[in-house]
Amino acid sequence: MASSFTNMADTAIEWLTMAFEAPFAQAVVFGVHIGGHLFVEGLLLVVILFLLSQKSYKPPKRPLTKKEIDELCDEWVPESLIPPLSEEKQYEIPVLESAAGPHTVVEGKEVVNFASANYLGLMGHEKILDSCTASLEKYGVGSCSARLCYGTIDVHLDCEARIAKFLGTPDSILYSYGLSTMFSAIPAFSKKGDIIVVDEGVHWGIQNGLYLSRSTIVYFKHNDMESLQNTLEKITQESKRAKRLRRYIVVEAVYQNSGQIAPLDEIIRLKEKYRFRVLLDESNSFGVLGSSGRGLTEHYRVPVSVISAGLLIDSSCGYCSLVLQVDKIDIITAAMGHALATEGGFCTGSERVIEHQRLSSSGYVFSASLPPYLATAAVTAIDILEKSPELIKKLKENVAVLCADVFSSDVEEVSFRDTFSNLGVEALHLIGACWRKRLSDIPGLSVASDPLSPMVYLVLKNSTGSVKSDLQLLEDIADCALKEHGVLVVTSKRSILDKCRLPVGIRLFVSAGHTESDLCKTSKALKKASEAVLSGHN
Amino acid sequence: MIAIPYLTALTTYFSYGLLFAFGQIRDLFRKVLDWCRSNNLQGYAPICLGLEDFYVRRLYLRIQDCFGRPIASAPDAWFDVVERQSNDNNKTLKRTEKITRCLNLGSYNYLGFAAADEYCTPRAIETLKKFSPSTCSTRVDGGTLTLHNELEEFVAKFVGKPAAVVFGMGYVTNSAILPVLIGKGGLIISDSLNHNSIVNGARGSGATIRVFQHNTPSHLEEVLREQIAEGQPRTHRPWKKIIVVVEGIYSMEGELCKLPEIVAICKKYKAYTYLDEAHSIGAVGKSGRGVCELLGVDTADVDIMMGTFTKSFGSCGGYIAGSKELIQYLKYTCPAHLYATSISPPAAQQIISSIKVILGEDGSSRGAQKLACIRENSNFFRSELQKMGFEVLGDNDSPVMPIMLYNPAKIPAFSRECLKQNVAVVTVAFPATPLLLARARICISASHTKEDLVKALEVISRVGDLVGIKYFPAEPKKEHQE
Repeated sequence: MASSFTNMADTAIEWLTMAFEAPFAQAVVFGVHIGGHLFVEGLLLVVILFLLSQKSYKPPKRPLTKKEIDELCDEWVPESLIPPLSEEKQYEIPVLESAAGPHTVVEGKEVVNFASANYLGLMGHEKILDSCTASLEKYGVGSCSARLCYGTIDVHLDCEARIAKFLGTPDSILYSYGLSTMFSAIPAFSKKGDIIVVDEGVHWGIQNGLYLSRSTIVYFKHNDMESLQNTLEKITQESKRAKRLRRYIVVEAVYQNSGQIAPLDEIIRLKEKYRFRVLLDESNSFGVLGSSGRGLTEHYRVPVSVISAGLLIDSSCGYCSLVLQVDKIDIITAAMGHALATEGGFCTGSERVIEHQRLSSSGYVFSASLPPYLATAAVTAIDILEKSPELIKKLKENVAVLCADVFSSDVEEVSFRDTFSNLGVEALHLIGACWRKRLSDIPGLSVASDPLSPMVYLVLKNSTGSVKSDLQLLEDIADCALKEHGVLVVTSKRSILDKCRLPVGIRLFVSAGHTESDLCKTSKALKKASEAVLSGHN
Repeated sequence: MIAIPYLTALTTYFSYGLLFAFGQIRDLFRKVLDWCRSNNLQGYAPICLGLEDFYVRRLYLRIQDCFGRPIASAPDAWFDVVERQSNDNNKTLKRTEKITRCLNLGSYNYLGFAAADEYCTPRAIETLKKFSPSTCSTRVDGGTLTLHNELEEFVAKFVGKPAAVVFGMGYVTNSAILPVLIGKGGLIISDSLNHNSIVNGARGSGATIRVFQHNTPSHLEEVLREQIAEGQPRTHRPWKKIIVVVEGIYSMEGELCKLPEIVAICKKYKAYTYLDEAHSIGAVGKSGRGVCELLGVDTADVDIMMGTFTKSFGSCGGYIAGSKELIQYLKYTCPAHLYATSISPPAAQQIISSIKVILGEDGSSRGAQKLACIRENSNFFRSELQKMGFEVLGDNDSPVMPIMLYNPAKIPAFSRECLKQNVAVVTVAFPATPLLLARARICISASHTKEDLVKALEVISRVGDLVGIKYFPAEPKKEHQE
């Protein structure tokens, strides 16, 4: 053993000596022989490797000391919680002393009320009051709970079933507030990465819902179908992963900010071509448009959902399959605080859509349910609407009359209704449309809304250029109309959070409860008020 | 803080794992079966993606009958629960004609105003006849009645602030106020267990959000110091303003907020305080004025006080109370004020009447009786439950008491067994609570009598033994040892 070890050591020493004395290991530097430079190079290599393996130099981290943080905290001065109030914002809000029906009392005087969206005149209807009284006595005022925790009262379920039956959809869901309907429904169906194409004139509820959903939002020009088509074309070309992305178009039936009506047949044609789903907000058109008040879908004769006979695919699987024919409109929402003269909102659509919202819509799950007497009021209102469709006709007549200038010299004597009552509603529209040109008799204001819209929207003909001064002028006109002529009209107010850039204007909510004399009085009052204010301004 | 026993944690994980596994197997079968049938979405993306509602389809639907039970009467101390039946294994539930009279331990009816009340209801009906159920317009258009102004004055007086503004729904109040007060460049520090409406409002505002540990003022101080020193993310500019959002009573824990310490810290670091008193207004405090009165905090120290009327006042809606300038500013800018229908007149009248009863201005002492009653009831019930060995959360004087269940199978067991014995309880699971910490939440009301509570305790004790949720040793009853 020892001998083999010494042999190995000898061999190793021999090798080393060879390495040192080998001719290529010899170098001549400045005439001096240096042996074994390989050895030196090997050493250098080791040193280089050692240096490389060291960490690079970093300046040491010096966290802030307690004293420094104290100083920073003392120095920091926050802004005040609210900015100082400017002078222009001091407009007065009219305070009503009686119910907000077609006639109301403001500061002791009776005025004609065009500021409440009481389209069918159901406010103060006896049947509604009776059913609400019974409901109050049975259930109390509030429901005291969320829907999932004993807050579901049988009147809620009845109301949902009634709405679904009225609209011809499988199911519907009730929300406790009109504003929260849209901004809870949208985030339930659209998450980060999905694409939503929306009109630029939608109201704040929808804008907030879009923001909360964190999806990609694309705006198109207000009520402009060409712009919509171009946008859809662009998006379809851009996104290649379109199969798993959900894509929506969000429109309102009657826009709150301008009174325009969305052309539903065009939208459906585009939606089917580009494979988008449609969300429709029918707050101002439910109970108003269509021959029996079922809204924009009835007006354009579009079936909301088509349930063909045959297999209904079980929708409890991982893939959602709707009924056999894809719905024309996927989701319809509406606030009930307009035509139905109650509060709250609802959403309707296919069963899958509604079931999903019952667990994932935050305004439904985490909030108390609608007070039961308001649900009863909604059911009664729909019953009344179904039994008396003449209310809708009356509303349409009123709108046409208001837009026409009844006080032109030719027709002052003749009663509008007598002459034209035998003509159908379509004829009335035509006449109203012709006479709309006469509305230029109101100096400085023009009608910006659709002739069928129950909300007449007047804008300044010559805008002053800034929203603030426009609003000031319109406020003055409204003020003058109220104080001197006894007509309550309102301007459209914008919150600082609202992104809508459409022009501000005066809104007139026409009701089926208004009489002809009310309408005449109003157009007269508006003429005089705008003359007074605008001439003074010029 | 809840400390889950080790064995229970293991069994809970195991249960969830089993449910998850079975759910995946069923999904697999469904996928295979659906391959044969044609998919008729015709090129549209599915409206609900596959995994998003896995929890709903495979876990929640099995116990769907424990949630959303409809009732057929007012949510008073005793109410009628409508029975539902299912033909397809709980996927859809249909109402039947049968109703059962049950003891109500689930509704937020703290002061007993839920049912028709002798003082409030006639006045509400009168208002209904005068002003009709809705104003159909926003507050700034034609929706402000004299009633609304009266209501706001009352609320401001009751809460102890100079002015108040009232909205028609509590959820919308939070979601629409926070974006107005703070925007990009601001910081919101909120408690980790805050309600969904606050989270939504904070997200909608665009400000940066930081969370501090639940009810821990020292951690809040740490977070504040760190954030003020660092400034805005990436640019390190100083923050424009900081708002700290806390709740009076946390509805899932039943705990009171440590308000005096938190207010002191906010004052020291110049942050604004926002207090959400949804559950505590009207229910705690000597005269029902909420958490500030109970803990001795001056209302002038809290910048923004928010609350809802659903719980203690038997109505609907929410309010914000603050300084006069703040309320005026909100009235001009808040979207809920400018765009949403005003609060329904009978509901407003109910709030005014119930505040009058609480303050004793209706000429009787019912208000003081109710407040004393709810305090006694809550303390009695909580101490009895703890003696029996249940794990009950929450502080003394708080009318909300969650009983821990932990295991997912105990949720439907507890709920169904209690219903069989005519006691209606609310069980809460994921996602309202963390996955492991499922619980049954009991809400005590001033309209519960002593007999009702004793009956409830009996039933809960029996069911607790059956289901096995007495995690602590019961205190031995001294009388039985003689």
